[in-house]
Amino acid sequence: MSRVKIPPVLRDSVGGSRDLTASGQTVAAVLDDLFAQHPALRERVTEDGQLSRFINVYVNDRDVRYRDGLDTPVGAEDTVILLPAMAGGAR
Amino acid sequence: MPPVADAAAHSDIIAAIGGTPMVELQRLAPHARVRLFAKLEGQNPTGSVKDRIARAMVFDALTSGALQPGQVILEPSSGNTGISLAMIGSRLGHPVRVVMPDNTTAERTQLLRLYGAEIISSPGAEGSNGAIRMGQQLAAADPSLFMPYQYGNQANPRAHEETTGPEILAQVPEVDLFVAGLGTGGTLTGVARALKPVRPSVRIVAAEPLPGEQVQGLRSLEEGFIPPVLDESLLDDRYLVSNRDALIGLRRLLREEGIFGGLSSGAAITVALRAARELEHGNVVVLLADGGWKYLSADLWTRDLDELQDELEGALLW
Repeated sequence: MSRVKIPPVLRDSVGGSRDLTASGQTVAAVLDDLFAQHPALRERVTEDGQLSRFINVYVNDRDVRYRDGLDTPVGAEDTVILLPAMAGGAR
Repeated sequence: MPPVADAAAHSDIIAAIGGTPMVELQRLAPHARVRLFAKLEGQNPTGSVKDRIARAMVFDALTSGALQPGQVILEPSSGNTGISLAMIGSRLGHPVRVVMPDNTTAERTQLLRLYGAEIISSPGAEGSNGAIRMGQQLAAADPSLFMPYQYGNQANPRAHEETTGPEILAQVPEVDLFVAGLGTGGTLTGVARALKPVRPSVRIVAAEPLPGEQVQGLRSLEEGFIPPVLDESLLDDRYLVSNRDALIGLRRLLREEGIFGGLSSGAAITVALRAARELEHGNVVVLLADGGWKYLSADLWTRDLDELQDELEGALLW
């Protein structure tokens, strides 16, 4: 099972949890397992079956959009992080 | 002693922006077939890379007429851009107001005041997004203000396309991988535009801060924000960096290479090392956006990592 970190802005869709576990060998499979556990999450995170533009997904801190997107492999020991796209930084 | 490369005097401090040193990091390089170089942007006049874009945005607006002589400049900034604008505004006769989250370090407030800027505080819990929102509201309510708006101003990436990128190509002509922190996206976008036509195989890699729980003050996802100047199609990889990993990187830079960087430099070097380890061979350039001076009061170098990590959850340091 992979660990999935949920950002504050999405926690009302998952009963308030910060961390969840989910199974699956790709990002798509892990997300499907999460949506089965928490159906309200699906429409927050996806648009027409694709990741919403306002959500970034990272596997072991690496953005999956620059790897294989929803097909990016996820290992059992990996950490998946969901984050809203936001300005963060000293500018 | 090597000859002095650029011995000519600059006409004033604004003209001294850019032309920063490139230093090889021989001790941090992961193996002998990868050379690692750091571009020291902390050597700019106010101590950060933001001098480049502040100069470009102000001169661009003066040329187009968007900024009139003596007009007040207003900008949301968690520090460095505000400080750069304050210095340049003070030279050119423009009062500067900076909208800044109230949870940054004391040095930033001190420097802004020394350069004569007025500080407008926004709620720290809303992070940079909160400062941006407040800045936009203030500018909308008062048309006499000029807001350069670094997140949406094309002079920002253009400054890097025209200065930072060509400097990198002159200093490390065979650059294979470029790493910089992701804030407005201006550095990554502009440097990519300069490098990719010359080195089509170059990889552009972003180091992105993992936001602390307390600065993720979003009420909905739609409040999230992708800066208009960031061209995501030019990025080849993007890594999140926790404050803890950024601190470890920052300490290694100082201890192993004698380079005193700010927190985003720690994050950038962490990503550069991770990406460099995956390279068989090649040249990696990492841009270190500022020095450690503005972070001294936070004592990022000697305090317990766990204690600092808890504190940084609620702060905005890069």
